[in-house]
Formats: sequence, C-alpha cells, structure tokens
Amino acid sequence: MSSPDSGPLLAVDGLNKRFPIGGGLFRKPTDFIHAVDDVSFRMSAGESLGLVGESGCGKTTVGKLLVKLLEPTDGSITYRFATPAMDPHLAGPVETSNIRSRQLGAFRRQVQMIFQDPYESMNPRRTVYDTIAEPLVVQGIGHVQERLDRVSEILDLVGLTPAGTFLFRRPHELSGGQRQRVAIARALVIGPSFVVADEPTSMLDVSSRTAIMLLMQELAERLGIAYLYITHDLAVARYMCHRIAVMYLGKIVELADTEELLRNPLHPYTRALLSAVPSPDPTRRREPPDILGDLSLPVNPPQRCRFYDRCPLATDLCRREPHPPPEEKAPGHWVACHLA
Amino acid sequence: MTMTTADNQPLLKVVDLSLSYLTRQGPVPAVQSVSFELGRGQSLGLVGESGCGKTSVANCLMRLLPDNGRLTSGQVLLEGQDLLPMSEEEIRRFRWRRMAMVFQAAMNALDPVYRVGQQVVEAIEAHGIEETTAQARQRVARLFRMVGLDPQLMDRYPHEFSGGMRQRAVIAMALACDPAVIISDEPTTALDVIVQDRILRELKGVQRELSMGMIYITHDIGAVAEVTDRVGVMYAGRLVELGDTVDVLHAPMHPYTAALMSSFPSISGEKKALGTLPGEPPNLVNLPTGCPFHPRCAHATEECRREFPPQAQRGSQWAACWHPLNGAQESEQS
Repeated sequence: MSSPDSGPLLAVDGLNKRFPIGGGLFRKPTDFIHAVDDVSFRMSAGESLGLVGESGCGKTTVGKLLVKLLEPTDGSITYRFATPAMDPHLAGPVETSNIRSRQLGAFRRQVQMIFQDPYESMNPRRTVYDTIAEPLVVQGIGHVQERLDRVSEILDLVGLTPAGTFLFRRPHELSGGQRQRVAIARALVIGPSFVVADEPTSMLDVSSRTAIMLLMQELAERLGIAYLYITHDLAVARYMCHRIAVMYLGKIVELADTEELLRNPLHPYTRALLSAVPSPDPTRRREPPDILGDLSLPVNPPQRCRFYDRCPLATDLCRREPHPPPEEKAPGHWVACHLA
Repeated sequence: MTMTTADNQPLLKVVDLSLSYLTRQGPVPAVQSVSFELGRGQSLGLVGESGCGKTSVANCLMRLLPDNGRLTSGQVLLEGQDLLPMSEEEIRRFRWRRMAMVFQAAMNALDPVYRVGQQVVEAIEAHGIEETTAQARQRVARLFRMVGLDPQLMDRYPHEFSGGMRQRAVIAMALACDPAVIISDEPTTALDVIVQDRILRELKGVQRELSMGMIYITHDIGAVAEVTDRVGVMYAGRLVELGDTVDVLHAPMHPYTAALMSSFPSISGEKKALGTLPGEPPNLVNLPTGCPFHPRCAHATEECRREFPPQAQRGSQWAACWHPLNGAQESEQS
C-alpha cells in the first residue's frame, strides 16, 4: 500500500488465503474462512512493520504466507533480496509461489520466522547448540568446528553469555526469556534479510519482555534485517515498528507510520482498538471503545465493508457498497473506509 | 484509608502469611510474611511477574493448596474468622459462599459436557442457596444479565461460547453464592483488548454494585490502574510495596515497582525509552541474602545485601526498601 518505489524488499499484492471448512472426503467444501482477503503492502530493506489485530483476524496467516509455510489461494508475494551474488537462485524478483525445491533452501536463508511460544517451538530433548545449529546443518553450512564458532558467536549476540555455559543446556534449563533468545538466535544464525516475528514477547514476563524487544530492535538495526512484527498489543507495536498495519477479519483496514496511526487514527476500528487499551495512569478516565457486538469469523463474508456489523458510524452506503479499497488520505497513511 | 465494617473490622485481613512448597530441592518459600487488609467494596491489586507468589497467595486465601503446599505461618481473617486452622469440612462453608475465585483459564473452569447454565445451577444447589431448581435457574438468569450475558445462553455448551463469553460465565459462577470477597486471577490475559475492556468494566461494575471486596491478580499495570483502589507489588514471594493505586503508580517507593512501571509500553503520551531490568527474578530455592531484589537493583548498597529492609512509610503507602524512592517520611522497623 506504500508507493511502488524502485525495489522494495517485499511486495505483497492482492494476497488471499481461504481455508475450507466442512466438506468431507468426497464432498466439496461449501464454506470458506477468508482468513486473508486482498491484502497488499510493501516493505523496504531494514524496515519494521507491525501487523496488529485481534485473534482470528488473519495476522498469523499473513506471516505464514510470507515465509512460505502456507501457499496463497490467490495473489502474490515478491521478494527482491539484496544479496543475489551469493545466491544465484535468488537473483531478481522472487515470487514465493514460483519457488522450486532447488531455490527453497536459498529462500529459507533469507526469510525466517520466530514463533510465539518459546515453550512449544523447541524440541525439549535437544540442546541449545542442536537447536541453533539446525538451520546450518540443514543448509549444509560449515563443518562442526565452524558451526560451533558460529553458534557461540550468535549466542553472544543475543546476550546468552558466556556462550559456553549455554551451548549444551536443554530448554528446561532455560527461563522463558532465555528460550526466546535461543529462538531469535536460531532465526538469525543463517543471516536472513527478513524475519517474521509472531508475538515473540506475549508469553514473557514484563522484565524479560522489554529486554527481548530491545534485543530484536538492536539486532535488526545492526544486521539490517527487515521484520514483520505480529502482535495484538498496540503498545508493543509502537516500540517495535516503523509502521503499523491494522487488520480486521482478513483485511488491512489502516496502515500508517506508527506515531501518525496512534495520533491520528482514521478507521473506526483502529480508534476502538486504541481506546480499549488500559491506561497505566489511574487518574485518567477512559471512555468505552465505540464498537458494537462481538468478533465473528469471516466465513463466506458478504461483499460489503467487513467492519459494517460492528461499526458505530455505518451508513446505508456502507451496507450497499463493496468493502472499500484502501485510499491514501495523507502521505503514507492508508485507510479502507467509506467515511474516513 | 482502609474501609472497615461497622464493628471496625476489615472484611479480609491477612497477617504474616507464609507458604512453602515441599520439593525435591527442598522447601520453596513461595509466600513470605505477606500482610494486607481489604475493606468492603474495595479492590486490591496484586502485581508481579510469574513466580512472584501472587497466585499462591490467592490459593492460600481459598485454601486450595496442592498436596506439597505447607502453610508455615499466618492468619487469614475473613470477617474476623481465621480460615487457616479450619477443617476441610468447615472451610466449605466459606469457600465459594463467602470468598470466590475467578480463574485465569476460563475454558478449564467449565466442564465441556455440561450446559453452562446447569453448571452454575449445580453450584447454587450444592451450597443450598436456593430451595428449588426453578429458583436456582432464575438466579442464574439474574447473574447472567449482571455480567452481560443473554440468559437464553444458559442452555448452551461451553464450546458454543467465545472466550469473552466463557470468562463472563466463570464470573457469573463465582458470584453465584453472593460472596463477600471475589479473587480474580488474571481474568483477562487470554482475551483481546476490546473484550478485555468489557470484562474489566463488567467486573468492576458488579464489584461496586454488590459492594464486594475484590483481589485482582495481574501482571498488567494498565489493568491495575483501571480496576483497583489499592495495589500490592510482589517480588520473590514477598509483598515489597503496598499503597493506594494512584500513589504507587504515580510515585513508586520501591525500585522494583519503578522498574516495572518504566518497562510498561504505553500508547498514550510521549514515547519514552523503555526501562530494562538486568537479570531475572531469583530462584526461590536459593534466595539472595538481604533484600531479594538487590542483585538487580541500581541503588543496592551493603545493607541491602546484608539484611531484609524495614518498611519505609509514606502516608498509607509503604515499601520494603532501604533506599526508597520519592521520599519516605520515616523508617520504622517491620
């Protein structure tokens, strides 16, 4: 949704993902969850974009599509990596759905994912070294000594020092914050240029959360990594991201620079989300968020604006017209609303 | 500013409560010398990170302890009666009837094979609150309305409820026997912000309306600010600061409280740099000497390493700290 400049790292165009529900072995499914519906955006190298929304809005599905853990039903995801010289397979634009098996390894060196739950994302029987070295082994990078050096180096980088004392621990010997540091190390060990981080701090306590947030930011900056930060927490996104995209039922409804979005939200859903966040100031009284009803699932949704049923401002126009396309209301501030 | 009952007795008074869990590594002191009071219609927050003992305190109050839990000292006085020495038989007259709990995982608190309303009806009948099933059902309908659920949903099953609806049903269940104290253990952590906002308003509204005492356990400073009148901050099994929520959040006395506050990202106001705490909370089996926070504290001195600090007082707020922030009136030995 940003201006199509010469070569963004990532261009997402008209992305769709539908999951069939019901149906059976010989019966065609008739119902589809429109998890991701006509999503488009651009990201440049080194940029961080927050993808914010409530559970079930499709934000994790977007993340999985970007790292090719899922295939889109429709639309395209195109990367332009800056290091094609090292990877002849990745020269020029790479569209994820066209990646052949020979290219997949090279693609995975560039695009990595960090998962939400550090208690689930690691094999409890493998050591920290095994876990972090795995991408190197799979990719056939280095021999044993080189891998050991590389893993020690990355452990230092993520703050697990001295590396020697962590190398051969197993997950149960680590705290939640330390596990998430291992997860970050595993994602970064092969030097990706793009990382999808899916709620990496939501399972952590306050003090380790801040440390992980700052670590991710610092590493991304130092190593020039772009990341998509998936979160339900707008306050965390504020600290982690240059820009924020707000998703509602499979659609991006608003996208803007972080401070612009917080100061000047244009979509009624963004406003509701912002006003629902508790304030740490006990003297500040907060009005209830202006939103109707409950979140539903986007099963065979009608053509009209996805937010229509819950929108406090909805008009006849919103009911008649199809879901509004995103419009640039201010430089870099996109919103999909008839009334904005 | 503790509100008291007519006979000048707080609704709930916890004195010097200590709990250990017996483990293979030895006894783990999960709660150490925790004291606080709760007045009628008052809500008290307990904040801290996981493992700080806040849920253990709640379990002590409800006398819902695992087999390896040992109460080593203390009193829990509910309307003047000490719950701790009571037999299991006696405690049943208090648990759920005078003091009820809203659990963190609403899905686990509801039986998936029974209709939601029926589960509340059974709770009411088990405690002999209403004479007939019809009366019990009427009561459930009232409770459902109170927490913002359509009474027609009574005959649905838990899987037909959304996360927010389930949490409301669990709140309705906790309110079923008209308790004097309600303990909420992270009731909104698994919920989205908009649903969380509604549940918090509902809970606060019901608590005010029924003039219950509420203990609200959370790690979320925002929820504390919105729901509680007073707040206690826990660290490594100890209550390290206690005071009116406004005072504690505006002028924390304990460096740990201040660190928690500064690491809380906010969407409002100027974007401030987030504070970080070095290290991790201590292992309870092997606590540091003196103040348990000293290894992570920027203000730590020799006496902090040597001896557990006395309570520094400022009005109705205190902190267990040798070097309290934001000025204390005088130090008194705890």
